[in-house]
Amino acid sequence: MNEHVKNVTPETTDLSRRSFLVGSAATGLVLGYAGVPGIGEALAAPSNFEPSVWYAIAPDGLVTVTCGKADMGQHIASTMAQIVAEELGAKWSDMRVNLASNDPKFNDPVLGAQITGGSWSTMMNFDAMSRAGAAGRMALTEGAAAAMGVPASELTVRDSMIVHPKSKKQMSFADVVKSGKATKTFTPDELKAIKLKTPDQYTMIGVSVPQLDIPSKTNGTAKYGIDVMLPGMAYGAVVTPPVRFGATVKSVDDSAAKKVPGFIKAVALDDKTGTTSGWVVAVASTYANAKKAAQALKIAYDGGPNAKLSSQSLLDEAMRLQKLEDSGQFFVKDGDPNAAFGTAAKVVEAEYTTSINIHAPLEPMNATAEFKGDILHVYSGNQFATRSGAIAAGAAGIDPKFVVMHQMWLGGGFGRRLDADMMIPAVQAAKAIGKPVKVIYTRENDMTMDFSRPLTYQKVKAGVDGDGKLVALSHDVVSAWPTARWGIPDFLTPSVDKKGPLDSFTVNGADFFYTVPNHYVRAIKNELAHNATPSGQLRSVAPGWTFWAVESMIDEIAAATGKDPAQFRISLLDGAGKNDGGAQRLRNTLLAAMGLSGYGTKPLPKGEGMGVACVSSQERATASWTACVAHVAVAPSGEVTVKKLTVATDVGTQVHPDNIRAQVEGAALWGLSLAMYEKATLKDGGIEQTNFDSYTPLRMSQMPEVAIAVIANGEKATGVGEPAVTVVAPAIGNAIFKASGARVRALPITAEAVKASMKA
Amino acid sequence: MPTLTINGRSMSVDAANDSPLLWAIREQLQMTGTKFGCGAGLCGACTVHVNGEAVRSCQTMVGDVAGKKITTIEGLSAKGDHPLQKAWVAEQVPQCGYCQSGQIMQAASLLSKNPNPSKEEVVAHMDGNLCRCMTYSRIQKAIMRAASEMRTASATSSERRPT
Repeated sequence: MNEHVKNVTPETTDLSRRSFLVGSAATGLVLGYAGVPGIGEALAAPSNFEPSVWYAIAPDGLVTVTCGKADMGQHIASTMAQIVAEELGAKWSDMRVNLASNDPKFNDPVLGAQITGGSWSTMMNFDAMSRAGAAGRMALTEGAAAAMGVPASELTVRDSMIVHPKSKKQMSFADVVKSGKATKTFTPDELKAIKLKTPDQYTMIGVSVPQLDIPSKTNGTAKYGIDVMLPGMAYGAVVTPPVRFGATVKSVDDSAAKKVPGFIKAVALDDKTGTTSGWVVAVASTYANAKKAAQALKIAYDGGPNAKLSSQSLLDEAMRLQKLEDSGQFFVKDGDPNAAFGTAAKVVEAEYTTSINIHAPLEPMNATAEFKGDILHVYSGNQFATRSGAIAAGAAGIDPKFVVMHQMWLGGGFGRRLDADMMIPAVQAAKAIGKPVKVIYTRENDMTMDFSRPLTYQKVKAGVDGDGKLVALSHDVVSAWPTARWGIPDFLTPSVDKKGPLDSFTVNGADFFYTVPNHYVRAIKNELAHNATPSGQLRSVAPGWTFWAVESMIDEIAAATGKDPAQFRISLLDGAGKNDGGAQRLRNTLLAAMGLSGYGTKPLPKGEGMGVACVSSQERATASWTACVAHVAVAPSGEVTVKKLTVATDVGTQVHPDNIRAQVEGAALWGLSLAMYEKATLKDGGIEQTNFDSYTPLRMSQMPEVAIAVIANGEKATGVGEPAVTVVAPAIGNAIFKASGARVRALPITAEAVKASMKA
Repeated sequence: MPTLTINGRSMSVDAANDSPLLWAIREQLQMTGTKFGCGAGLCGACTVHVNGEAVRSCQTMVGDVAGKKITTIEGLSAKGDHPLQKAWVAEQVPQCGYCQSGQIMQAASLLSKNPNPSKEEVVAHMDGNLCRCMTYSRIQKAIMRAASEMRTASATSSERRPT
């Protein structure tokens, strides 16, 4: 990875360098942390420095929360406002949201960078937003007390009003802000000492308030990256090579493109960040003209080292690597499975695969770049402003501190917009023509140049003792390493066998909460796939494939030992040792899903079956305990109909119950779509699927009934955007086995595979 | 320069007759509520009405719609208060929201002809519109809610009609 990217290794948060500012500025009351890492840099840069970080209250009483997380449909901006409003005591109709720039002052308080993913946002910002809200309430209350001439302790705050019940005096937030009397400053220790509300005092958390972004998304006014219009702007259409990665441009003949009206220039990218290879951008006065010009360009390529590779060659390489004893690094190394297999009464082995998958958010990748003086302005909806700003800087050949990233609403993210490839053609085209340029990918560019979910190959071997107890499990996971591609050491994990860092975003989930005394998990990087199909983080990332293997294998063991698969899971979730707490929560969640679905309560018609799965996605430390019962019907042809998905999830604390249900349903349907309908393939080094006719996410007619149970037991709030994705495929696979006896081990599941397994 | 009648106004656009209506609407007229999704008529994000029919504006050429009545999401109602838009808010349908202009325009063309659609008719009519966030069940509910409210409103207004 290039040097610019290494420079932006996220700094860890240093609370001692922070103080909380509360003071009256001309524009209103501003609240936030000062002295955050990088503020010196922000001050030095000619971009504006605003002392307000998380929110500001204007003299009209409107509270505008600045959200440092990318909002891609999870309504996280609204959620941040909701958490602030709870402690601040503001009326919901007074709340507004802003999307943050890449200024480091907006970095995530836990992660120390601007990155949105992992279903982390609510859990990692809940405390900071709560304290920011509470501090504002205290400052406003003290200001009101001074203005009213009463003790602050006698005031109550509700719905943006500060009331002195004894004298019946009252002031609105707007009145206090206008009075200029809110001047309190908080030291880090004082901030930490603020006593936050207890859940029984909540009036806002746990309420399904109307999402602040929704009205603008019903009338066409919400602005996405693709909607950015700058004066004098030109448009860029990219021409991408037939090979996903590694091709180079030998020559560009623009003689035909020159005849296209409005054509300005063809720019072959010089990408020193290593993000793209062999791309050319055609720039013209309109996008229609840019596309015509792009089609008219005659480009000769050198296909590079990956031009002969196919999905099969990546899989063959994965199988070769798995067989080598010294491949990869250990993520889990408990006991000695290999010794235990020697004495086991029964050994079950299986291989599980998942195909390449494409994010395909409905808003194709795009970015608009404009050089203004020394500053490069980039407009794009992006999930990783810290790194993407650095990539844009790398493309421009300038220092990252001179890049301002303007965040937009994201027309879908799903992990795709963690990447920054779209910045490069926009920046280099804008630089080449001296005008702002908006680059929009065609759907074909977007599909064939996706930073895809990697093809995975997993080998799992399990040993059962004479009592039917699972005593050993070894699990090898072979894939491209999406996070290693970032070049940021902090996002990698040390291996337990001290063989260097591994990409835990390829094995998370394999460190499950079942009690298995001898347990190995090995992360093996498929270098060939890593280079040929640069991979990314696709909604739910590793648990989307690790639980496919684990939860299918648990079922296979149950079948091999004659046990009910749900009861077998419950026996493994005994909460012994390191699994204490989590295992019991997962067990309870599984029981909730079983109860809601009626699992095992009545016989099903011939050809139908219910299958279960339960997961601790996304990571052990951040799990939302999630279980699924899938009810399927399997025809003699192998055709599978998913009749119903029942999903239970333990999220600790619900900030917005309706949104949780929306996210869990969307995630479960993503799980179904990946399990049954989405498959990408590599041929001659290129992705074969180019549009929604060949890459086919779930449509309305394919939607089964979905039932959701949300468990809120007062534990810390956890994430909901991803976990339910991971539980669905194994539940369906296990249901197919129940219904037909067919065991499927490859995603997506096909009728052919089911039929073949039925016969076998 | 071709002249288009969009949302009740006549506007000339600097676009070739053989260029997609989608880009003329978005770039020339700067009405960005209509979205680009696939460029091939496969996702429905760019759906607008031409003479009341839902069409994919990425597959409709500027030269083919001259003199016809074009409606975009911006023109569906005066204040964003078409029963479908209100139902979309009531059911809290959008997640990322990118496909929703197209979904609403597609649904509006159904309800204008069929005020009481069955679930199967809704699915058949909407199946060409992809939602990558998978908000399909809420889209269905919102269409049913809007249909019901439109029927109630039209029943009320016909009751008021002098006999």
